[in-house]
Amino acid sequence: MELKSGKSQLLLSKIATNDEHGENSPYFDGWKAYDNDPFHPTKNPHGVIQMGLAENQLSSDMIEEWIKKNPSASICTAQGLHAFKNTALYQDYHGLPQFRHAVAKFMAKARGGRVSFDPDRIVMAGGATGANEMLMFCLADPGDAFLVPSPYYAGFDRDLRWRTGVRLLPVTCQSSNKFQITLEALEAAYESAQKAGIKVKGLIIANPSNPLGTTMDRSTLRTLVTFINHNQIHLVCDEIYAATVFCSPSFVSVCEIIQEMECNHDLIHIVYSLSKDMGLPGFRVGIVYSYNDMVVNCGRKMSSFGLVSSQTQHFLASMLSDEEFVDQFLSESIRRLASRHDSFTKGLEEVGIKCLKSNAGLFCWMDLRHLLKEPTFEGEMGLWKVIISDVKLNVSPGSSFHCHEPGWFRVCFANMDDEIVEVALRRIRMFVGKCKEVDVQVKKSWQRNLRLSFSTLMYDENMGSSPRMMSPHSPIPQSPLVRAWT
Amino acid sequence: MAIKIIEQQQQPSVGLSRVAVSDTHGEDSPYFAGWKAYDQDPYDELTNPSGVIQMGLAENQVSFDLLEKYLEEHPEATNNGSSTAASGFRENALFQDYHGLQSFRKAMASFMEQIRGGRAKFSPDRIVITAGATAANELLTFILADPGDALLIPTPYYPGFDRDLRWRTGVNIVPVHCDSSNNFEITRQALESAYKEAESKNMRVRGVLITNPSNPLGATIKRAILEQVLEFATSKNIHLVSDEIYSGSAFSSGEFVSIAEILEARNYKDSERVHIVYSLSKDLGLPGFRVGTIYSYNDKVVTTARRMSSFTLISSQTQQLLASMLSDRKFTEMYIRTNRERLRQRYQMIVDGLKNAGIQCLEGNAGLFCWMNMSPILEKPNREQELALWELILHEVKLNISPGSSCHCSEPGWFRVCFANMSEKTLEVALTRIHHFMERRRVR
Repeated sequence: MELKSGKSQLLLSKIATNDEHGENSPYFDGWKAYDNDPFHPTKNPHGVIQMGLAENQLSSDMIEEWIKKNPSASICTAQGLHAFKNTALYQDYHGLPQFRHAVAKFMAKARGGRVSFDPDRIVMAGGATGANEMLMFCLADPGDAFLVPSPYYAGFDRDLRWRTGVRLLPVTCQSSNKFQITLEALEAAYESAQKAGIKVKGLIIANPSNPLGTTMDRSTLRTLVTFINHNQIHLVCDEIYAATVFCSPSFVSVCEIIQEMECNHDLIHIVYSLSKDMGLPGFRVGIVYSYNDMVVNCGRKMSSFGLVSSQTQHFLASMLSDEEFVDQFLSESIRRLASRHDSFTKGLEEVGIKCLKSNAGLFCWMDLRHLLKEPTFEGEMGLWKVIISDVKLNVSPGSSFHCHEPGWFRVCFANMDDEIVEVALRRIRMFVGKCKEVDVQVKKSWQRNLRLSFSTLMYDENMGSSPRMMSPHSPIPQSPLVRAWT
Repeated sequence: MAIKIIEQQQQPSVGLSRVAVSDTHGEDSPYFAGWKAYDQDPYDELTNPSGVIQMGLAENQVSFDLLEKYLEEHPEATNNGSSTAASGFRENALFQDYHGLQSFRKAMASFMEQIRGGRAKFSPDRIVITAGATAANELLTFILADPGDALLIPTPYYPGFDRDLRWRTGVNIVPVHCDSSNNFEITRQALESAYKEAESKNMRVRGVLITNPSNPLGATIKRAILEQVLEFATSKNIHLVSDEIYSGSAFSSGEFVSIAEILEARNYKDSERVHIVYSLSKDLGLPGFRVGTIYSYNDKVVTTARRMSSFTLISSQTQQLLASMLSDRKFTEMYIRTNRERLRQRYQMIVDGLKNAGIQCLEGNAGLFCWMNMSPILEKPNREQELALWELILHEVKLNISPGSSCHCSEPGWFRVCFANMSEKTLEVALTRIHHFMERRRVR
């Protein structure tokens, strides 16, 4: 419909007009490239392969099987319809008791039964996205800060800061010690904040880590707990990848740590979700689990702004209570992730590309420092653009995760089938091969008819700001903007 | 909805935020306190016939059979278009695009058009999805106003606004006072007066928020008044949010005028200041599904709202289910028509019953409640007496109704009474109790 624009300027809020939503960053170019030319095995075999999307698509078949066998889990089937009315009416922000019980059990299983969770501490949120934001609203005032080890999930910038006004202070981690957080770095960041008059309200970590794909060892976790306890600041642990730990060392949750050591439990808060472990991002199941009663109460009220659909609660209550299924699912899912991780990293190793040794997550942290023209972020961006336009893989450059050192890239491997992984590896092989060739030839002379081009983007940089929502070639309808946050 | 009332802790423990320790969540108001009494002693026809009847809950339970019948007759519609529930599951479970399923948006746009008798068109691309109208209203407030700014809201208004619009946003509500002298209609004078009040408090007014049909009045806003409100907003260059959550609950289609119709009639001139909130919680009786939408005529608001909806998207399986259901035009037309008629009958029943007991109601034509006038029996015309009467009704008559003061009504003695969240039988029991109560008072 035609809308004629008004003469006067209608003011929107500062939040609405600032850039803190993060979508104007250059990293969306990768998404745009994918959107304009998405890979499809038959219809577009030369298209861009999406490797910037941390989704778990390896185990949906197991859930589909379960659904077929359990029609009463849906309130729309003949077997489940009797529950339709009560479910549809249920808007209590406590959440369906059977849902909370089932989630509590699932969370315990994901931690090998080493911790148990109290269903009454489970608070719903609109995905982990909503859960992280909600905790900030509960724990910090505008202008307060949270420390966060870098590299960290790019979405934190928006989720933790945009509407809350909270600041994020990165604690730099170095490749020299495998990007593990050190007490020195933590204390330095904390002191520097205090000197600058910034009130630090807490530390937020992701364990397992995105983008590193590593879990924190016991001693590091103990160090962190000691640190926050000593300074009486909060510790938020985003454990969204808890059940993607596919090989040793096994996952140690902060919940286990606080069972073993002295700590003020009022400072400990977990964020969880089913988006990664179960591959259900569309269902928007975010969980805040806090050991602090006031945070539980306050968070519960706030959950009114992002409750889980009762239809979904009902479905998951049924599925996650099926202990036999859950056990089978978790072990098989992990086996598949391990296998995928294995074949992908081996394929990379064959062409001399190393990844940070990882045991979790849906991605690996690739070391491409040796391929940079120069060891700078400009070099990283240059390489990234080539990977998108020439190698036609959408990977995520380390700078988008606030990595301190240039040359690292996150590449996702669980959002595609085996064939596509092969195609991706083949392209990488070719690219690396050409890099070696060019290295040699550049020393002689530059020739224009080389197939490998280090030119800039091949697509139109001046694309409209709103992306196409559905790509005709893509097997799954997607929007690049929302994808970028996973 | 059971809400536990927690002991108010005055001092923050271990450094929580100001938002966390404030009581702007509003749960200490009588609007919610009545729940406790109901929770402890809920009416049940067979097992607890002398329990508290819940009349403070604006839920629509009169038309569930229509939805259930639809699902029974259309198993394929909810199974992603194939023979088993599992196919298409994967695709749906992965869908987290904040644009929302296109089929869902199309179905919502069409449903909203049907509710308005085709008198306004809605474009699916302007629909932003949120987990309920609660989230939609808060989200819009984040976009339209800065902390410390003000929104003007005609009284009486939905008590939840105090939390939804103010709590985490830091935005203020300045009431636009309406009273019974003119059936609580919004006047230009009241708008101007509220605007001045905001100014005197150094608050920048960013918008007016109206609920049409009104909660708690149970009445639609007349066209002339809508035009006046729009004109006022235009003259001050502020936004206009129209919460039309009860639009499908107007007893007759012809009586509800949406702000969308007014804009369409003037060819969308200067419509960028207008934003509509809608939800399926009332019209379809599906509050648990968390289906809210924002429809804005302002491109920047649509884009920004969409980004913000990341914090509060609708479950993709719920979008899928509703896309199927609401695309079935035959079904939706029948549903809208039947639902309206049933609500009208219920309304008639309660209003007649109250009249027989000697109680007048505001003349209503929409919603799931009536606006009851108990001011004649107040000992004194003030808030304390209204609350005393409310407690009496709660504990003696065993009805949980909502006192007007919890809706910020400036006139004491009015109560909101819900009628659509129970069976007809239960409503009869409630009316009998009121009848007896009023008789006892006359005798005294």
